[in-house]
Amino acid sequence: MEDKILLAHGSGGKLAHDLVEKSFVKTLANPLLDKLDDSAVFELSGRLAFTTDSYVVSPIFFPGGDIGRLAVCGTVNDLAMSGAKPLYLSLAFIIEEGLPLSELEKIVNSVQRAAGEAGVKIVTGDTKVVPRGSADKLFINTAGVGVIPDGVDISGDKAGVGDKVILSGAIGDHGIAVMSQREGISFDTELESDCAPLGGLVADMLNASRNINCLRDPTRGGLATTLNELASQSKVSIRIEEKAIPVREAVLGACEMLGFDPLYVANEGRLVAIVPPEDADKVLKAMKKNKYGKDAVIIGEVAAKPPGRVVMKTVLGAHRIVDMLVGDLLPRIC
Amino acid sequence: MKYISEFRRSELAEGLISHIQHSSKTPARFMEFCGGHTVTIFRYGIRQVLPETIEMVSGPGCPICVTANADLDKAIALAQIPGVIIATFGDMLKVPGSRSSLEKAKAEGAEVYTVYSTMDALKAAADNPDKPVVFLGIGFETTAPTVAASILQAGEQGIKNYYVLSLHKLCPPVIRALLDAGEVELQGLVCPGHVSTIIGSHPWEFIANEYGIPCVVSGFEPLDILQCVDMLVGQVEKGQSKVEIAYRRGVRPEGNRQALKLMEQVFEPAPARWRGIGEVADSGLKLRDKYKSFDAEANFTIEPGPVVEPAGCICGEILRGVKTPADCPLFGKTCLPESPVGPCMVSTEGSCSAYYLYGEGLGG
Amino acid sequence: MCLAIPVLIKSIEDKEAEAEIGGITRRISLWLTPEAKVGDYVLVHTGYAINILDQGQAEETLALLREIAEAEEAG
Repeated sequence: MEDKILLAHGSGGKLAHDLVEKSFVKTLANPLLDKLDDSAVFELSGRLAFTTDSYVVSPIFFPGGDIGRLAVCGTVNDLAMSGAKPLYLSLAFIIEEGLPLSELEKIVNSVQRAAGEAGVKIVTGDTKVVPRGSADKLFINTAGVGVIPDGVDISGDKAGVGDKVILSGAIGDHGIAVMSQREGISFDTELESDCAPLGGLVADMLNASRNINCLRDPTRGGLATTLNELASQSKVSIRIEEKAIPVREAVLGACEMLGFDPLYVANEGRLVAIVPPEDADKVLKAMKKNKYGKDAVIIGEVAAKPPGRVVMKTVLGAHRIVDMLVGDLLPRIC
Repeated sequence: MKYISEFRRSELAEGLISHIQHSSKTPARFMEFCGGHTVTIFRYGIRQVLPETIEMVSGPGCPICVTANADLDKAIALAQIPGVIIATFGDMLKVPGSRSSLEKAKAEGAEVYTVYSTMDALKAAADNPDKPVVFLGIGFETTAPTVAASILQAGEQGIKNYYVLSLHKLCPPVIRALLDAGEVELQGLVCPGHVSTIIGSHPWEFIANEYGIPCVVSGFEPLDILQCVDMLVGQVEKGQSKVEIAYRRGVRPEGNRQALKLMEQVFEPAPARWRGIGEVADSGLKLRDKYKSFDAEANFTIEPGPVVEPAGCICGEILRGVKTPADCPLFGKTCLPESPVGPCMVSTEGSCSAYYLYGEGLGG
Repeated sequence: MCLAIPVLIKSIEDKEAEAEIGGITRRISLWLTPEAKVGDYVLVHTGYAINILDQGQAEETLALLREIAEAEEAG
């Protein structure tokens, strides 16, 4: 019979130790983690960025990724969006009793690959097992810390009138790839999640210009929600062009089918940058050279009015407000 | 030809807009019956590109919005029966009834599945043979045949735990009721596209003949709507009233005979309650006696409790085209997409939601 | 109301078909369009093909719209 996670794996006893040593520490090995002390101890200097996020995606494996890769990329990206170089992550599992051990190992391997790619180390962790039904297979929490280079000052409230809005690639891949696996909706697609660590892309962008004002990754709620957050924090209007926003055909197709607007579909490997007009071209050029920014485009600019709102020029040349996402995306018939 | 991008081309749209602007001389009010049309109009900013002579008003063509509270309460009461699985289109989840919503019932423990198709609901019934699965039959003539097909399929496959709560509604009778009420004067009707795919264009002829109102069946891409408005303007300027189709790729004058046959086999016309309009004879569908074993009303004791209408909400008048969301004291204040008071703010294609989300009235 | 989208029929098995839009495929029901063939574009509403799209009519409509656009540009 297949080995499964038992409640005892989270008890702190022998089984728990075996799991941590054989499955986790071996795979994720690094000097800070290997000590197995209660905390990871390290030195850092300068301005630090610190963030946390929990990951509950269902299903835990989806085209182009899994919950492990997502848990690394999500936190790495949150650090990168403040301009930080991501360094250290914590990794905490809440596992539903009965999860096949092989699936957990697959996810830990995926965590390691994503961490390696992002250049971060998993330096501390935790495992809890809850009774069947108390969680959905596997939840992960990661927290991360990174160092912000000198001269970088990025925040959602810094968008200035005249700034250019840059998007790093096509929108909606992650949301649609995950949606394609949902029960009751299922459809087949070769589309893969865009889930990716963006620390390297951000470093390239900052090498091109330290004057980037805002960076944000349009995750849940999609591009529309992220632009609304930035417009509202900076008290400016963001003007975008419908024609300029890249959307893959498969995402368009799925959105047509389910009645979604791609502007609201989640991404896990995209970012929006707001950059002074005189720096926009060099930032864009730097982005296009990175594999996670090769399809980057300028999608609009920042205006004064109406403050806090996102206005889109439609393909007909008319204008409409683009609001935040309300509630969940649900397939609709109407 | 992929039938989507071709009908969103901006250079063809510019031609139509220019043609409408040149040819429209007489002030005219057109109603888009269908909420899907309302969404296209707002999403592409079509009102902004039409000349001042043309006023577009939204009609009651949103099946979610027109579902009366009494019927919503029934659906919610069914969900609250222990052991019952409700399968529903996503649109219905958030709509508030008198006291609760399916979303709230779900949070309280009811089993509510969101499905894309009755095919998925049938599968849920096959996968859970010990539990009754009730599909909420919401929708107009477009949807009713798909629900009829699912009932016939359940019969063929011997699935005995599949039920339908039929809240289906028919469009032509309610348009007649609206016109007879005489509250809103129209010079043209944008007829629903996919309802017409099923029923054809002939059922609209009474509007052109008896009420003298030009009718054009439209598709849902921006070019479809613009072509439809152009054709309506053409009729208005020539003093004509007839039924035309601006969506020939998707609608034949005689409709889809197979779909009509299945719908008539399973359902028969019945009176239906419409929010804001009241009961309209023969504007609903109920399961025929032969299919009683699939009828949720006949197989469950449903106790929805007394109906309470939300105070101050003018969804009813908005659905009749008499008022616009801007006339509502609750709009954008206590009634918001995140905390909707009435159904027109809940449904993506509800007028209030479209007005709110797409910021009608915004200048360039 | 009544969202329906054009999809291409890739294969048919009994009363169901594999249909594709933009690289996305899904099983659809042909109960309402038993005459549909592989290679047809159909309008799909809630998983059911409700009509076979008429390519000739679509091309005629687009040709008409092009004429209008050209006449407007000239005039």
